[in-house]
Amino acid sequence: MKVRARDPKEVWQEEFESASVREDGLETSTISGVPLQPLYTSDDRPERAEEFPGQYPYTRGIHPSGYRGRLWTMRQFSGFATAEETNRRYTYLLANGQTGLSVAFDMPTLMGQDSDAPTSRGEVGHCGVAIDSLADMETLFDGIPLGEITTSMTINSPAAILLCMYIAVGEKQGVPASRLGGTLQNDILKEFIAQKEFIFPPAPSMRLVVDSIEYCAKEVPKWNTISISGYHIREAGSTAAQELAFTLADGMAYVDACIERGMHVDDFASRLSFFFDAHIDFFEEIAKFRAARRIWARWMRERYGARQERSWKLRFHTQTAGVSLTAQQPELNIARTAIEALAAVLGGTQSLHTNAMDEVLALPTDRAARIALRTQQLLAYETGVANTIDPLGGSYFIESLTDEMERQAETYFKRIEEIGGVIPAIEAGFFQKEIADAAFRYQQELEQKRRIMVGINDFTVDDEEPIEILRIDPRLESEQVVRVRDVRGKRDQAKVSNALNRMRKAAAGTDNLMPYILDAVRAYATEGEIMHALIEVFGTYTETAVV
Amino acid sequence: MPTATKPIRIVVAKVGLDGHDRGVKVVARALRDAGYEVIYTGLRQTPEMVVDAALQEDAQVIGLSIHSGAHMTLFPAVVDELKRRQATDIVVFGGGIIPDDDIAALKKRGVAEIFTPGTPLQEIVDWLRQRFPERAAT
Repeated sequence: MKVRARDPKEVWQEEFESASVREDGLETSTISGVPLQPLYTSDDRPERAEEFPGQYPYTRGIHPSGYRGRLWTMRQFSGFATAEETNRRYTYLLANGQTGLSVAFDMPTLMGQDSDAPTSRGEVGHCGVAIDSLADMETLFDGIPLGEITTSMTINSPAAILLCMYIAVGEKQGVPASRLGGTLQNDILKEFIAQKEFIFPPAPSMRLVVDSIEYCAKEVPKWNTISISGYHIREAGSTAAQELAFTLADGMAYVDACIERGMHVDDFASRLSFFFDAHIDFFEEIAKFRAARRIWARWMRERYGARQERSWKLRFHTQTAGVSLTAQQPELNIARTAIEALAAVLGGTQSLHTNAMDEVLALPTDRAARIALRTQQLLAYETGVANTIDPLGGSYFIESLTDEMERQAETYFKRIEEIGGVIPAIEAGFFQKEIADAAFRYQQELEQKRRIMVGINDFTVDDEEPIEILRIDPRLESEQVVRVRDVRGKRDQAKVSNALNRMRKAAAGTDNLMPYILDAVRAYATEGEIMHALIEVFGTYTETAVV
Repeated sequence: MPTATKPIRIVVAKVGLDGHDRGVKVVARALRDAGYEVIYTGLRQTPEMVVDAALQEDAQVIGLSIHSGAHMTLFPAVVDELKRRQATDIVVFGGGIIPDDDIAALKKRGVAEIFTPGTPLQEIVDWLRQRFPERAAT
């Protein structure tokens, strides 16, 4: 008699259940709390036709050639102190093989105020470069040919002003706006949700965003007008699925606003870009990136009726997770960052910033910044991971987790819609509460040692060698104050007042504000003056703080 | 009957321009859960606004959070404002991205304690209990 062979999966199941398992009290779910099976098999593989890179819905990547065609752009976010100092760092990074620039502005610049404003005290040049007027922007890009590089600018409430400054620097270098390439973060919704660098109320804030998208579609066609960002949402404590869902929901809100303005989706959609976090939970992140592409493609094609393929493709920048780094045993951050960067690459990112090991303590030193860049070069050129497109595609686990991310995101889309959309959800504190809850939950898991951060709640050392960190000379602040006052003293005052008056009038109406802002910038009106004039018309926003 | 002691009131504030409120919110919740009365001011408070809030709320403690690197200017400015308003009995502590080298200088300027990234929440609660043993929170 022939004995029927037992199903090997059943055998494994039995053996697994009778095997001893670790009893260390650690969570077996992802860092975001998605429950995980110990094993994924073909039974978990979603039923769908085979997918290919470069083909709708782009789960496996937007390019048919993946990184065989072109490696990701290594784009290290940097900026500190004055425009002159930062210009030196850019020149250094470009000489070391970096392929694009990414400007970090200081807090006063991000908040639309000049270096000599009373509330700028102590903040000038600390977490980025101080830019007050076109004069500083000219110094920042001195000797850097804007026609040959691309530049990303991380700025939101005053984004339109900084873009105009960039356009004006281009004019001075003889590079027409039509040849300028780069990205403006310009994502005000996530400011209300997570990063909190809002100034105007939501409605005029959205108008400025749409103004810049509309203007660039005609005048600066190679510019990515917005970088719809999950990074800050995640860093504020969200889960991976929340990051995915809230970011894509923001994206759809921008699409809705542009359509409402009368634009056709195919005229602007291909210039929308995204920005995600690469956190430490390796597989969850890869699944998140893959799900993002698939969801966006479907919504753009099916809900918004975009007809051009390029409108369906979600392109994204990634930064490794600042919150995953530790001030304790900071060298470990090099390892964390490498793993996170690998997840971004396996997820098919278009560009990448790797954090420096000392960024949890201060802005990076030259040495730490170089190691961070070298980590990307090591991934690109030593490990071989760029040779195969979407190498994890078809993995039972990754495909199943990709679907799970998508399911969770769709659930959130429904909830946001029930509240009435993204802006009503912001005003109701919905996102803020979800994120704060997730952050608190994670902190408690750490306190209860259900999750481990090496060097924080386990594997600690008593005596740590302090590492060298970058110090910002406090004299820089007073020098910058002198500089902005100097600019105000030397310019044609009547030209500035006229430009600001025309802009104020336009702000009260419905004209696209970009040409007016550009005129004010060309006249060397300062960022603070332009913002102030707009605040007179738009007012400011205060959030109801939820704890 | 034992005299009921008033719970300790803590004003928790974000000074400076940065909007990173993850840490401050987590700490505020943890202190509330530990039995303290917590008043969170929200973002972008000037030293004057923080001291106003502390006086109005009759707070014994001010907890400051900052991530922008302006701590050497703004933390001492809060202490100075307390001196100016003759409210030096209010204890000031802080947290955020603060390099070790700055901690000693801040303590010299009158900041009672600094908690840096990675600090367990319990450590902050324990410090407060030690600081105010006569009115320990429940």
